[in-house]
Amino acid sequence: MAEAALPHNVAGVDTSAIYEPSLFGTYSKKIGMWLFLLSDSLTFGALLYAYSYGRISISNWPTPFHSTSIVNATIMTGFLLTSSLTMVLGVRAAARGDDKGRLLFLLATMACGVGFIILHAKEWSHLIDEGLRLPIFPAVPGQETASEFVNVSKTVPQFAATFFGLTGMHMLHVTLGVVYLGVIALRRKFIPILFALWLVAWLATPAYSPFHYGAHVLLIAALVCSLILWLKPKVYDAADVEVAGLYWHFVDLVWMFIFPLVYIMSTKIV
Amino acid sequence: MEDASQLAIESRVAEQHRHHSVATFFWVWGTLLVLTAVEVYLGYQNMEPKRMLTILMGLSLVKATLIIGYFMHMKYEVSRMKWLTMTSLVFCLAMMMVFFPDAFRILSLGAQ
Repeated sequence: MAEAALPHNVAGVDTSAIYEPSLFGTYSKKIGMWLFLLSDSLTFGALLYAYSYGRISISNWPTPFHSTSIVNATIMTGFLLTSSLTMVLGVRAAARGDDKGRLLFLLATMACGVGFIILHAKEWSHLIDEGLRLPIFPAVPGQETASEFVNVSKTVPQFAATFFGLTGMHMLHVTLGVVYLGVIALRRKFIPILFALWLVAWLATPAYSPFHYGAHVLLIAALVCSLILWLKPKVYDAADVEVAGLYWHFVDLVWMFIFPLVYIMSTKIV
Repeated sequence: MEDASQLAIESRVAEQHRHHSVATFFWVWGTLLVLTAVEVYLGYQNMEPKRMLTILMGLSLVKATLIIGYFMHMKYEVSRMKWLTMTSLVFCLAMMMVFFPDAFRILSLGAQ
């Protein structure tokens, strides 16, 4: 039905002699984003399968998540679901030519994304303080050997590896999603904000925290975005907002599998 | 520079978005929140893991369908787009399951 949806004579220009009709009946930017998301699904699929493999094959797989962690993860899920709603409303506002609505909804989406990242970082910090860590993490000064998860890191190292790998990859995607939306919403005005966020994240985290080094992702993103906006300055239109929305919804979609598989299936019931 | 056909398709897609009902999006959002609440409730039911995993993954698939269908607008795409993207994705993810029998084998060996 793509041919029916895409007539050759569009916008008064007969393109049939020049271009084949689009196979998917939509514009190329959107198809490009869908192809990227399909390949990214396989990345997350592999990480989820790796986690599940460990969960099945190791009989003493830890169940470290107390009710505070579950409440925290539930609020994080609420943030992401709400951000998807504001994103889709932003796409609609952009399609209707409502610039103010588009800006407000994009900023609301970014705010929910930042809320998610902060809560996730809090959760990670709690687990690291309790001894759940990867060998590459700097040592936490004054950490007691009796901390709750010190033994977990030693007896089942696969848990920390797959947990931090999977949720870290997702957190990276959310962070880059916030940057992406910031560029679409604010363009060049977002660059100084991004540099400020990098400085705050870098200086406000202790040197032993993985986020102290992870904050440099924001610096790299700021440099890359500066380059892109300098090389190709443009006003982002409704199609750009829709494509950015696809990415954001995908990030939400992945969390719908991480949340039950990692958190709910490892609830510590006391 | 974007050609005329690309711009025309973009404006057609934007035209479709203009007519999407806000109420539908709020219903989908509400349903997703309710399904999340059900998942959290199940987490505290001390259920047999295999049964709980089946229910949780079923709920996650429903949530994924709602997000892809409504929020990502797949419901409104042409059927060729829906089938080619979704079947290829499901096929590739299903192929990864080939490793699971090995995980069960290790468990039955009692290896730690």
